[in-house]
Amino acid sequence: MSEKKESQEKETEQRIVLKIAEMDPKFKYEISKIPGAEKIMLCFQCGTCTADCPIARFSETYRPRQLLRMTQLGLKSKVLSSDVIWLCAACFTCVDHCPQDVEIASVLRALRNLAVKEGFLPAVYKELASNILQTGLAYKIPDLRLKKRMETGLPPLPKANLESVNKLAEATGFSKVIQTRRT
Amino acid sequence: MAELKYLLFLGCAIPYRVSAYEISTRKVAEKLGIELVEMPEYNCCGLPMDPISHDIMLTLAARNLCVAEKQGLNIMTLCPGCAGTLRKVNKMLKEDKKLKELVNGYLKETGLEFKGTIEVKHLIQVLAEDVGFEKIKGAVQKPLNPLKVAEHNGCHVLRPVKYIGFDDPENPVMLKKLIEATGAQCLDYMDETECCGAPIIGVNEKIPLQLARDKLTHIKDVGAQAMVTVCPFCHMMFDTNQSRIERMFNETFGLPVLHYPQLLGLAMGFSPEELALKELRVDASKLVGTL
Repeated sequence: MSEKKESQEKETEQRIVLKIAEMDPKFKYEISKIPGAEKIMLCFQCGTCTADCPIARFSETYRPRQLLRMTQLGLKSKVLSSDVIWLCAACFTCVDHCPQDVEIASVLRALRNLAVKEGFLPAVYKELASNILQTGLAYKIPDLRLKKRMETGLPPLPKANLESVNKLAEATGFSKVIQTRRT
Repeated sequence: MAELKYLLFLGCAIPYRVSAYEISTRKVAEKLGIELVEMPEYNCCGLPMDPISHDIMLTLAARNLCVAEKQGLNIMTLCPGCAGTLRKVNKMLKEDKKLKELVNGYLKETGLEFKGTIEVKHLIQVLAEDVGFEKIKGAVQKPLNPLKVAEHNGCHVLRPVKYIGFDDPENPVMLKKLIEATGAQCLDYMDETECCGAPIIGVNEKIPLQLARDKLTHIKDVGAQAMVTVCPFCHMMFDTNQSRIERMFNETFGLPVLHYPQLLGLAMGFSPEELALKELRVDASKLVGTL
């Protein structure tokens, strides 16, 4: 495929026709009720977030400005099922630079939380979650490491209170939400 | 001056695979008169679970804060992710009564209640604000000049400004000053404040490795002999993954990446063995030999 044709195709991809039936006009209100995402409607598409985003620089798909617009337009299922929302590194550069004080990274987090409720949960997060419920920590520390701590004179690693951690996971609905995974 | 006594919050990544950071921190802390108390029954700070559930992130963080409140001690963390999360949640719960009620509702089941009586600081904030540059300079026995290094802060030590409130993320100077206190020179380089990309490596490997390669290139370009980090994840990106990046892009960096307390420890006169320098993937022995 020639380079010209390829770039034309990319251009076409950007100009999709939106069907009103695919839009959920209430989506933006749903998002704006989530702590941290309250100011979603203030985004006026200046693009500072995308311009300053270190991930966007190397990704061909991750564009925070675009995701904010799609959210405002109510493209709920398209956004929530997209792999792209999982590319935010939460460095918070966009949050510090937004002239409208929109917490873009927090909007992304809100979208992810909703995506998880719909069953979209990347495998790596499922694993971290299960580690936390089993050990209290996000990584399972191998016995060899614990032994090495002793050998190098480090104090033993404090044991987590698993009963408490699991009670909190139940109370917050966390235990249930990680079971709904479908991807 | 306030008493230099803290609960040491180790987090998950450091005991998992970055123990050199812990070993060297304990060494320099002792010499600076910082007393570190083991944080009992701690759990994950909550940050990695924020994408799944904001409520569990708040609650896991709050539980750690409650444990520290019971001990009546402020927390010091080595991981910027833990520091950022615990600082942010501490501030949020202190300022937002409704949120505090929600989280305390969850915590009630475990017999805990968030009161808001302690503070959380990252290692470099403790060094810069509580220990002070003069005391650090005074503890240096073997100044490291003419060593030239480059720093990488780690996003969550600095951002987002409205929750963290330490140093200036657009032009951070604290880590630079801490490096210069050892006698080493800290060089500026392009895109210095940029993220290392580590948080998404479990979802996409290519982007973070490209990001890290970009930073390594800029650091080599200005002639730095080593890089200095204060985050276990950034360290994994630049040190553990450096050989992978070299293979992927067919380039050679050979840039040692030291944890800040290792650099400070060398200047204080500790031996490379005491600071666990051999745990670094990129060999630093040649560099240390020139000091």
